[in-house]
Amino acid sequence: MATMPASASDLLKSFKLKTKQQELLIRVSILCLVYILAFITRLFSVLRYESMIHEFDPYFNYRTTLYLTENGFYDFWNWFDYESWYPLGRIVGGTLYPGLMVTAVLIYRILRFLRFAVHIREVCVLTAPFFASNTTLVAYFFGKEIWDSGAGLVAAILIAVCPGYISRSVAGSYDNEGVAIFALLFTFYVFVKAVNTGSLAWSLASAFGYFYMVSAWGGYVFIINLIPLYVLVLLITGRYSMRLYVAYNCMYILGMLLAMQIRFVGFQHVQSGEHMAAMGVFFLMQVFYFLDWVKHMLSDTKLFQAFLRITVTSAVAVGGIALGLGMVSGYISPWTGRFYSLLDPTYAKDHIPIIASVSEHQPTAWSSFMFDFHILLFLFPAGLYFCFKRLSDATIFIVMYGLTSMYFAGVMVRLILVATPAVCLISAIAVSATVKNLTVLLRSKNKVVQTGSTKGSGGSKSSSKALLDQSQPFQKNGAIALLFGAFYLLSRYATHCTWVTSEAYSSPSIVLAARGAHGNRVIFDDYREAYFWLRQNTPQDAKVMSWWDYGYQITAMGNRTVIVDNNTWNNTHIATVGRAMSSYEDEAIEIIRSLDVDYVLVVFGGVTGYSSDDINKIGGGVFPVIKEPDYLVNGEYRVDKGAAPKMLNCLMYKLCYYRFGEMMTEYGKPPGYDRARGVEIGNKDVKLEHLEEAFTTSNWIILRKDNASFQWCLSLGIVDLALATNQNFLETELLTLFQAT
Amino acid sequence: MVDASAIKGKRKKTTSVRLEVKPTELPDAPPIDTKYFTIYLANPLNSGESTTLEVLYVFTHFLEPFPAEIAQSESQLVFYHDTALILSPYHIKQQTTFIKTPSTKVESFIRMEPTNRVGTEIKYGPYEDRPPYSISPIHVHFENNSPFAVVEELVQEIEISHWGNIQVTEHYKLVHAGARHKGVFSRVDYQSRQSSNGASSFRYLLARLPPRVHSVYYRDEIGNISSSHLRTDSLKSELEIEPRYPLFGGWKATFVIGYGLPLQDFLFESSDDKRYLNFTFGCPLIGMVVDKLTIKVGLVE
Repeated sequence: MATMPASASDLLKSFKLKTKQQELLIRVSILCLVYILAFITRLFSVLRYESMIHEFDPYFNYRTTLYLTENGFYDFWNWFDYESWYPLGRIVGGTLYPGLMVTAVLIYRILRFLRFAVHIREVCVLTAPFFASNTTLVAYFFGKEIWDSGAGLVAAILIAVCPGYISRSVAGSYDNEGVAIFALLFTFYVFVKAVNTGSLAWSLASAFGYFYMVSAWGGYVFIINLIPLYVLVLLITGRYSMRLYVAYNCMYILGMLLAMQIRFVGFQHVQSGEHMAAMGVFFLMQVFYFLDWVKHMLSDTKLFQAFLRITVTSAVAVGGIALGLGMVSGYISPWTGRFYSLLDPTYAKDHIPIIASVSEHQPTAWSSFMFDFHILLFLFPAGLYFCFKRLSDATIFIVMYGLTSMYFAGVMVRLILVATPAVCLISAIAVSATVKNLTVLLRSKNKVVQTGSTKGSGGSKSSSKALLDQSQPFQKNGAIALLFGAFYLLSRYATHCTWVTSEAYSSPSIVLAARGAHGNRVIFDDYREAYFWLRQNTPQDAKVMSWWDYGYQITAMGNRTVIVDNNTWNNTHIATVGRAMSSYEDEAIEIIRSLDVDYVLVVFGGVTGYSSDDINKIGGGVFPVIKEPDYLVNGEYRVDKGAAPKMLNCLMYKLCYYRFGEMMTEYGKPPGYDRARGVEIGNKDVKLEHLEEAFTTSNWIILRKDNASFQWCLSLGIVDLALATNQNFLETELLTLFQAT
Repeated sequence: MVDASAIKGKRKKTTSVRLEVKPTELPDAPPIDTKYFTIYLANPLNSGESTTLEVLYVFTHFLEPFPAEIAQSESQLVFYHDTALILSPYHIKQQTTFIKTPSTKVESFIRMEPTNRVGTEIKYGPYEDRPPYSISPIHVHFENNSPFAVVEELVQEIEISHWGNIQVTEHYKLVHAGARHKGVFSRVDYQSRQSSNGASSFRYLLARLPPRVHSVYYRDEIGNISSSHLRTDSLKSELEIEPRYPLFGGWKATFVIGYGLPLQDFLFESSDDKRYLNFTFGCPLIGMVVDKLTIKVGLVE
């Protein structure tokens, strides 16, 4: 009888974990929770709307993925797409990064193999959240590598909900960035690991990570420039080591060879100016190695100094001459405009208006930094401080990553995404280090109090300890207050992130939702209405002209040929369409006929108050014939009676406002009141000579046809919904569209 | 003359006794493209006796829109071709034909004296003592704006799961088979002058589904269609759906309706350890002609 309780307590004891095991358990369960959290916080859009692809580019990705599942990899690789850029067409296989599509199809095949009868669309919709979850794991390991596991955990939590990352990885935003951020962070993590350990295996892994990144996103250029820069900094600061040599050489050579397998990238690694830094650093590494060896062989320091001087000068000279020769002979292409515009924010505005015209290529406003980072913005400098305090190869890397990407984020809105992981990691270091210091303070205090009370009478304490004892109550209270402050800030961060995700980043932008006059939810599904009409009721080979924004959606959902689309590779073609839209109808019809267009699609939001419609995009043409000032009055853009005559008679204006003059859009306002711009339109008697209305959606997306050939335009706006009062809707929409394209 | 492809014969007595009807061939009939049906009487008719028969038959694709193309503001006119005398292999002693039109707007009709038109009804006859196979062609040209909704192809998939569920998926290819739409489609007119505009177009469809239906969805290739309503009560479920755009003549739309049903409502077990599925197939949409129907039943392995 007496043995029974003893054995029971033994059993209990064996269940009781040791402190280390407990810590592991907590860590693993936190990671699991974060993993799940990162996934489900991105599902707002699926719950609010449906499982659908968002925005513009993802529709192209979806269409190619569909093609890949149906026709297999080789057909995909050799695909020539006749449905876009009519009459030029597009070599799809050679002009895209296939990583995303291949990943989605792989997941799809695996699920199918496991007998899950999913549709490829569902896989595409959930690819980005899945990879976001994986990114949190990488962030954990990365944080652990550069600081400690606590920082890793905090980094995982921060990145799981950070709006800067969520903006590009909500369910349905099936875009390259979704998987690319994972690949980016993974490559960096493995590379830092390789530098820390000097292991060939890790650097091999980073080469493969780099390969995946190259296959997924054009942003790989950031990696291939940041890593050499980092290596260069290490060399300059005298941190050259064998570990670094192994890590960089293996990663660079293998990564380059692997990257050449991607057709879109091809020989750029040896031929383009953007990749030359990596090559230069590679050769520099060899020089360093050689010098090291010579130093080892030569015992005379003076002789070595002389040798060093000669070698370095000659190496630099040879490198410079080689680069110069390559540039002059045209073997090495100069930097592209996009690259320049990254380094110099004013470049794009002067030289490449089409890049500058995209809203996500604008310099970032402070508000969007605040919006996307929230408290991380303040934690970032604090984290930098901690990094500098404990400099190592790894912290140097994260500091460089943070600073460079922060600069780029300032240049272009969309690059906030690239900066997000770095900002999260550095902030995590700040949070983790602070909290750790504070808790250590609290705990040690308790101990000191205990020891002080028991041994206080002994009086064998040093003076410093006595001093510490004196300031103790304030320190303790201060630490508690600071801890609470930190937790308060973090909880605010979590609230903010959830709010931003649900309000701003979870709208598919194809379907718009608003609150009606009675608080009920109203859905505007006009885009799909128009695309589906096109798909069902136009000839199979009809060509649709529209602003390039809608190109991908028309080919994917309308299944019709478009003249231009979001892959803006041919500026002249885009400009031709822009010219047609901004010319008088007689001139426009010539262009339209020469392009063999059957339908014209125009998105018009004057009825609903949807402000990012086509009429706002007029002007800013590339053709010298189209001068922007012709459309403006005193540098101001107007559509009412005071508008420029050219504006009032251009094709775009006519298509949008055709028969709009007889429409009552808002109670108490004259007919023809444009709710998006808040004015009564200037030309109410719009007559079309060559075009004819073909279809208009319920909220106005209009179509016209011409006597010889068809055309249509599409506009947006429901007649009697009280939307103007709903500011919230408009703001949300603006935000999303700001993020879009 | 008669589009025989879709003739359905049914037959009732005043006391509602259903009689057997079978298609037959008549070798000595005049060479017109006609199908014949034999009606088997319940009791043999002795000489001198008489009986009353009620015959119902339905034609599809029988009305011919004329003009074949109409603009948005016009209403749809159709031709109805028939014969004032029933095509019969027997001697006709006396016959009267009534034709009811949906509205009082009748453009024209052929007169076959005695002919009389009152309101929505045109009366031909009575005609007396006509020989077998005599015909007297008539046509009526009248306004008909009821939706000419035709399902060109319907694929119905019924999947039976052993987890107590039947999943039905229906793929529709819908077309407006009336007079083709010509010229512009103006949303301004369509929305502001609804009475006189797009009279022949239709926007809503009603599907009558079995009771206790669940997980209903309505979508197409590019995603969910948000304009649908489901009403359920204990006897039936009604699903009102609206295609993405109103359908005018010649316009097409494809969509998918799917729903789940409890298995115990449709699966029965017999005494010899076999199970029977009792499921009414066909198109649940009301007032719809289905040209081609495919049914796939997926059974458990």
